[in-house]
Amino acid sequence: MSIRETVNSARSGWMKADSPAGDIVVSSRVRVARNINGFSFPHLLGQEKAEQVMHGIQAALGNSDLKTELELTRLTELSPVERQILVEKHLISPDLLHNHEKKAVALRDDEVVSVMVNEEDHLRIQSLLPGLQLEKAWELVDKVDDGLEKTLEYAFSEKYGYLTACPTNAGTGMRASVMLHLPGLVLINQIRAVLTAISKLGFTVRGLYGEGTEAHGNLFQISNQVTMGHSEEEIINSLNSVTGQLLAQEREARKVLIRERREQLEDRVGRSYGILKFCHVISTEETMRRLSDVRLGVDLNLIHGVNPDQLTELIVKTQPAYLLKQHGGELPPAQRDVLRAEVIRKEFNREG
Amino acid sequence: MMLCEKCQERPATVFYTEVINNKQKKMQLCEVCASQMQAEGFGGLPQMNLHNFLASFWNQMSGVHPFAPKTKEEEACPSCGTPESLFAQKGLFGCGDCYKHFGDRLEPLLRRIHGSSAHTGKVPVRSGGKVLLARQIEELKASLRYAVAREEFEKAAELRDNIKKLEQQL
Ligand SMILES: [Zn+2]
Ligand SMILES: [Zn+2]
Repeated sequence: MSIRETVNSARSGWMKADSPAGDIVVSSRVRVARNINGFSFPHLLGQEKAEQVMHGIQAALGNSDLKTELELTRLTELSPVERQILVEKHLISPDLLHNHEKKAVALRDDEVVSVMVNEEDHLRIQSLLPGLQLEKAWELVDKVDDGLEKTLEYAFSEKYGYLTACPTNAGTGMRASVMLHLPGLVLINQIRAVLTAISKLGFTVRGLYGEGTEAHGNLFQISNQVTMGHSEEEIINSLNSVTGQLLAQEREARKVLIRERREQLEDRVGRSYGILKFCHVISTEETMRRLSDVRLGVDLNLIHGVNPDQLTELIVKTQPAYLLKQHGGELPPAQRDVLRAEVIRKEFNREG
Repeated sequence: MMLCEKCQERPATVFYTEVINNKQKKMQLCEVCASQMQAEGFGGLPQMNLHNFLASFWNQMSGVHPFAPKTKEEEACPSCGTPESLFAQKGLFGCGDCYKHFGDRLEPLLRRIHGSSAHTGKVPVRSGGKVLLARQIEELKASLRYAVAREEFEKAAELRDNIKKLEQQL
């Protein structure tokens, strides 16, 4: 297995609905930022110094017991489409694509651990797991961090903690986040109120949604805002508890929908399922919206015979760069919508 | 018809909402830009947009606490050459030493962002300096108080010796 296989497969270690709270929590992510003492932060590094940082980190990986798991690949070794696929799979950040000749990435085979080099900081160590597993994600990141620190001397201050290019990351350097699928709260029109309440508790909320109840994937990301003054465990505990509250509210909303609007709900998810099964031209936006409906239908036992993992995988499979890669070349947007429909139809008509 | 705020070309059909620091930021986007934001936004973590906020806060503070006039050379970080103006513009420091260099000015900023300006989390073994030692001593002192309260004097004596040994290393 190699990074090449990663860009040829839509499947990823973080896509497993059969995981803790997997019906609502799509994924959990923890990442820490680290810098190497004695080097300017990446935005000031010329090519030569950037090479030295990449070398140093490669050597540190080689010296640790991580060497069989994590091997550095320079972004220049990948084609533009391959780089974009890593972003679509959420394995690297879009930031890593700018000035890519100074950057590198290491990915564990199962894709749940990645190390980005020379992004905003010299090191971004990340773990992305399916469902609600923040402790486990932190454990994995912590281990890689310990392994690297055996060789690398980090920029660290007794007072301010880990020093980062942006002071909003200083201290623990840790950002923990969960991605949630909240169609129930969107459908009963409670999403705005709930998310506003959460943002007052020191969390950042990100999401896309359309006019009225017309949702765009119904996916929301919640992450900690503060990185200093609390330990890593405290940050994870508080995100865990806020996620727990959201889970309870979403489950309640779904119960209300089933009780009071069952026919409308069945109609909605059924229509979306039908469209995905038989469409011939479909945009990314509509795909996300229909997939969200079908996912809700599967979770509520209104639709049978669809595997939830398949749905998460389809989100990746229908993204522009992944389609291009599978197609093997340039594709005008209109043709992309045709190809996307074909991929979806194939997936939904596989069994039976 | 409202046009997409990002590309100004296609009709806006999707609301993009972001809540940071209790402030909602809303954008009306077309489908294309929205799905791009989705891929990017969820791929990374929300922080890029904080840079501007940070820079403007820094500038605001400068107005409140004017500094004694300095020469240009004195203002820049001696290790990486980042002048204050660059930080005020980009919201990014140039190197670890910038934290020391901009220290006095940085404290209120950190407290404003994090509600605290002291790290209490993980400490690296190699570059952690005396922090690990100091924390160890704090823990032993807590055990000592506990032992004394329970009148476990033998144990207390042992703890006191250990604390003394560690304090000599500080
Ligand atoms: Zn647009
Ligand atoms: Zn500096």
